Amino acid sequence: MDHFPTNWGRPRNDAFDAYGTYPIHQRPVNDTFTDGVQRTQHPIVTGTSVLAIKYKDGIMMAADNLASYGSLARFKDVQRLHPVGDHTVIGAGGDMSDFQYIQRLLDELVTDEFAAQDGHTLGPVEIHEYLSQVMYARRSKIDPLWNSLVIGGFKNGKSFLSYVDLLGTTYTASTIATGYGAYIAQPLLRTAVEGFEETLTEEQAFKILENSMRVLFYRDARSINKYQTATITEKGVTISESRHLETSWSFAEGIRGYGPQTQ
Amino acid sequence: MDCISVDINHLKKGEVNLGTSIMAVQFEGGVVIGADSRTTTGSYIANRVTDKLTHVHDRIYCCRSGSAADTQAVADYVHYYLQTHTQSYGTPTVHDAACVFQKMCYENKDALSAGIIVAGWDKEVGPSVYNIPLGGGLFRQPWAIGGSGSTYVYGYCDATYREGWGREETVEFVKNTLALAMSRDGSSGGVIRMCVITEDSVERLFVPGDQLPRFWEGKEIIGAETGKQSVPAVVPMVVEA
Amino acid sequence: MVVENGGPILVAVVVHDRGIMYSYVFFPRLGLTRLEVARRWFSINSTLTMTSIGTGYDLSASTYSPDGRIFQVEYANKAVENSGTAIGLRVKDGVVLAVEKLVHSKLLVPGVNRRIHTVDKHIGLASAGLLADSRHLANRARDEAVNYRDLLHSPPTLKSVAERVGLYLQAYTLYSSVRPFGVSTILAGVDKTGPQLYVLEPSGVFFGYHGAAVGKGRQLAKTELEKLNLAELTTREAVMEAAKIIYLVHEDANEKEFELEMSWIGDETKGLHVPVPKDLLEEAERQAKAALENFD
Repeated sequence: MDHFPTNWGRPRNDAFDAYGTYPIHQRPVNDTFTDGVQRTQHPIVTGTSVLAIKYKDGIMMAADNLASYGSLARFKDVQRLHPVGDHTVIGAGGDMSDFQYIQRLLDELVTDEFAAQDGHTLGPVEIHEYLSQVMYARRSKIDPLWNSLVIGGFKNGKSFLSYVDLLGTTYTASTIATGYGAYIAQPLLRTAVEGFEETLTEEQAFKILENSMRVLFYRDARSINKYQTATITEKGVTISESRHLETSWSFAEGIRGYGPQTQ
Repeated sequence: MDCISVDINHLKKGEVNLGTSIMAVQFEGGVVIGADSRTTTGSYIANRVTDKLTHVHDRIYCCRSGSAADTQAVADYVHYYLQTHTQSYGTPTVHDAACVFQKMCYENKDALSAGIIVAGWDKEVGPSVYNIPLGGGLFRQPWAIGGSGSTYVYGYCDATYREGWGREETVEFVKNTLALAMSRDGSSGGVIRMCVITEDSVERLFVPGDQLPRFWEGKEIIGAETGKQSVPAVVPMVVEA
Repeated sequence: MVVENGGPILVAVVVHDRGIMYSYVFFPRLGLTRLEVARRWFSINSTLTMTSIGTGYDLSASTYSPDGRIFQVEYANKAVENSGTAIGLRVKDGVVLAVEKLVHSKLLVPGVNRRIHTVDKHIGLASAGLLADSRHLANRARDEAVNYRDLLHSPPTLKSVAERVGLYLQAYTLYSSVRPFGVSTILAGVDKTGPQLYVLEPSGVFFGYHGAAVGKGRQLAKTELEKLNLAELTTREAVMEAAKIIYLVHEDANEKEFELEMSWIGDETKGLHVPVPKDLLEEAERQAKAALENFD
């Protein structure tokens, strides 16, 4: 028998006011039993890494075409690189429904700017700033848009490459990799790109990304060997058709066992 | 990603679940949609003859999976919305309908457990299929499968589906896929209901539960020799002579 | 009756026989006071009789005249007639808008006070009438376009925008507290159903056209538009024709200086509503001036 009347009729919680020290009329309404509003969701249909680097003519980005559903490779024809205006591409990892929402936000923004007909166009810097404000505002409502975004652009002779994520974290760098890519591809990209931003040709830049995408395909269980690249240069935005990764497996044929076994 | 995982798909206590196998495939002149007919509460079959193919407009249907209550509410709303849409803009496209579903599912993702496939025929693009999975994304696909049973038949679909099929081949594909899904998924079963939606008509097809396509079901009883009188295989050991 | 301490009490509202409306208010400190609320038409009525103007039926959009007209709406149309002409051509592969923008001061910077607005990527709006009203209307049209996009994830049809803006215009013909919009609006664009052209009037009615003209020179412009085989014209040709018509109606009106403002939407602009490029505009103006000389 619980002899503390303040506990009567309530679920038991030994961690809270175990001795019933609160007089009934002072009992806090928001005790541990009060349900909070559950807003923060979790990603369901997800995209994996996005890679991007600076090179001589601007920015090159890459992302595969997979939208996963847990470990199920559910949609294999999804484009995760989205052009925004004439100077910018955003690449997204994380929740694809939130990414589609972001695409709509940006399209509306670009249309508004177009309708103004004031001679201004949105560049990557503006898009980055806008996204960082949106992402931070949503995390502050404890209702984040569950993405990590890469913003690549080229405008007025300057290239721009930056990152924004679900927390509103931002940074710029000459190589960016999200998701698994941050662990696996980033070191490769840094070695290949840092110090050579102004000299790397488009072919070299592509080789670097292609190789990183291949390593990611080998090691990221949420990736596929089908991906697209985007270039953003003086000439504008181009997003490639889907490409297939060349991979090598023949070395595995002679492997036997997991130790001294030979046959 | 490391995060506190909250299962928003968790059904409320006693909630009726459409642990389901649903499907939609487009072909040259229309779409074929299909579904099993099982509705469960836990492991009890609350309804063995459910109709999960739901009309939302003359040539637009949806296949429902997830919570029965949620998906019925959403489908009812979309049905109503498309009626008003028809008054002000004329006959809606499948894309229009899919957008309304998507909006509901995305904006109420905390509250809903609904995985919906929208399919039909319209004057602008002809036949089309849209998949709206749990989080409220929108994906157009030539064929879509959904519900708990679908996870068992992705491989079959990938291996079997071809572009350029006619109506009959498409119907067979849907029927076989659903039968396979129903045979492996405990939450799916009953009958197969299908709809063929074309410009001219919506035709209902029905496969009774005792006439489902059958596939490999294992030997009757492993090790048993059929057609012979069975003799006890193990003779009790004689303990004493 | 109990009244809160110190508050004035409205005692009565009286319409005096001279047409002045008074309210009688009791102020606790001042005593009973008479306040004039409004002078109505009765007083004017005695001097002006039998014509529709001055009968008082034109003072509010919420009042019909005995023969069923709403004078405020008709006055709004007068505001449109005072404005430079605006025309729209719906042709084979697109639409063209052209405006005769009267320049009221030599001190103005060229290109300001645009009378062609962009509503959506593929929709333009040209207007004749009060510029401030047309700007407000363009904003409203943009909001409607955005709403449509939010709802259906696709570019709005011209008809849907025209319908919604039409409803908005109409709402301003219902209340005594507002005035109808002093603009006639040409909505032009290319949507999934092809090139489209609509004219919206202050009353809220709208019609689809192959060629449309609003503003001062609309009659002559319409006559000229009728001479064209609009369904066969390309947008590029339509630009030339539009310029000629604007120059012609301007000459006819013998007005002060003007700027030719033109925009187009078609295959050449990738379906976007954009101003006609500078070189093409200059060429169109050159041809228009040449045509005028031949015309004389």
